[in-house]
Amino acid sequence: MLELKNVSYSVGDKQILKNIDLEISDRFVAITGPNGSGKSTLAKLVAGIIQPTEGRIYFDGKDITDMSVTDRAKSGISFAFQQPVRFKGITVKYLISLAAGKNTSVAEACAYLSEVGLCAKDYINREVNASLSGGELKRIEIAMINARGTALSVFDEPEAGIDLWSFNNLIKVFEKMHARTHGTIMIISHQERILNIADKIVVLAGGEVVEYGEKDIVFPKLMDVRAGCRFTENN
Amino acid sequence: MDKIQQDLLAQVAGIHEVPEGAYSLRINGNLYGKNSSEHIEIVKKEDKPGIDIFIKAGTKNESVHIPVILSQTGLKELVYNDFHIGEDCDVTIVAGCGIHNGGSETSEHSGIHSFFLSKNAKCKYIEKHYGEGDGNGKNVMNPTTYVELEEGSYLEMETAQIKGVDSTKRVTTGKVMKNATLIVREKIMTHGDQYAETEFDVELCGDGSGTHVVSRSVAKDRSKQKFISRIKGNARCSGHTECDAIIMDEATVAAVPEILAVHPEASLIHEAAIGKIAGEQLIKLMTLGLTEKEAEEEIVNGFLR
Repeated sequence: MLELKNVSYSVGDKQILKNIDLEISDRFVAITGPNGSGKSTLAKLVAGIIQPTEGRIYFDGKDITDMSVTDRAKSGISFAFQQPVRFKGITVKYLISLAAGKNTSVAEACAYLSEVGLCAKDYINREVNASLSGGELKRIEIAMINARGTALSVFDEPEAGIDLWSFNNLIKVFEKMHARTHGTIMIISHQERILNIADKIVVLAGGEVVEYGEKDIVFPKLMDVRAGCRFTENN
Repeated sequence: MDKIQQDLLAQVAGIHEVPEGAYSLRINGNLYGKNSSEHIEIVKKEDKPGIDIFIKAGTKNESVHIPVILSQTGLKELVYNDFHIGEDCDVTIVAGCGIHNGGSETSEHSGIHSFFLSKNAKCKYIEKHYGEGDGNGKNVMNPTTYVELEEGSYLEMETAQIKGVDSTKRVTTGKVMKNATLIVREKIMTHGDQYAETEFDVELCGDGSGTHVVSRSVAKDRSKQKFISRIKGNARCSGHTECDAIIMDEATVAAVPEILAVHPEASLIHEAAIGKIAGEQLIKLMTLGLTEKEAEEEIVNGFLR
């Protein structure tokens, strides 16, 4: 459903992504890799926030490389930011309505918020401003993606900052989302437990795909590498 | 009342006809109608244009509407409205001025409002300014407000100028006594070649007094805005003034603060932030399927909500 063909992205002389070839159509696909490996860049390329310097991107067989952010969103791509944006004067409910593309009822908005562990009545009329913590914003961001219910949802480190909320709940949100959309959920993450629910894992390093395959094959390799690092550090 | 006047009334006061209860409605320079209620007396001034509004001590949960409508081009008026609010009141005053200028001459309304809040009185004042018209005559509004807040009283002023006012200079001055509070929330949007200036000058005179002034504004096209805020702390008091502005196109906004603490326990804060819409805000809304233009509108509308 999502296909990247020979995609590269450079800023000046610096190449951030190199010749990425990926076909993504599974339920949950996790993208992982060290800091600076190009994970967020990959997500932004898919959402259309930046344009590849080389290569093409296809979504449901259609070339979307030259499509705007808006048109990609309309064609069924959602993107949850790593650092959610604040809006003075716009309420949580209004933002969820904008995400859903219709005037959501209080009950609907509450359902989306409850799912991400926010007591809806405390939040529904709050402004999405600096009075909300980073963790609260993160959950609202996830609720918005849920409200959109698109065929492809890309999450950039959804677990960051929501430490008080159990991972199991986050995973349940993704499972419910899939049950509703029957689409693909792409999650950028460093978290073992998130990687562990993926059907497939993409490992990026130095702007290249160094591993892409079934979780059962890729995950143990990642754990080995991490164990090795810990072992090395301990010595 | 004709259709234009009815529309203006709906814009500035949210009502379609003469309101219920106490009111004073001024149309094209004349008092169109007024009504006193059991606790609220409205008296026409004899020496100059305007009214005195007397609200009896202990009046609770009542409101007064005092809209002004100008639909005749070239009309210039200066009106004095004095509010005498008795002890322990809890009331709402809805004011507003709507101008429809279909001609080529300047229409101008200048309201001079004085608020005298007695001990422990509480008042919410809501004011909307709006202009329209297909002629090239200018719509000008220059409101001046003076407030005197006695011990323990509370005044909350909500003012909005959203559209169509070519030039405005708003001056608010006042004195806040012991344990009294003045809250001002102002929203302004200017477009075209409009100019809007706000000057706020308040003295915090009593221990425990406080003020909080929040200005949110959007300046579009080639419009210009200036926000001047002066707070003087003469006692153990707290004052906070905040100017938050979005600039678009070639518009300019200036924020000029002056906070003066003349008492060792005066605590005064000024904050100002002026800038264009953040790119990430636009992108976020675009990832929800809005076009850049739609995203911009949502951000501006939310900011001024």
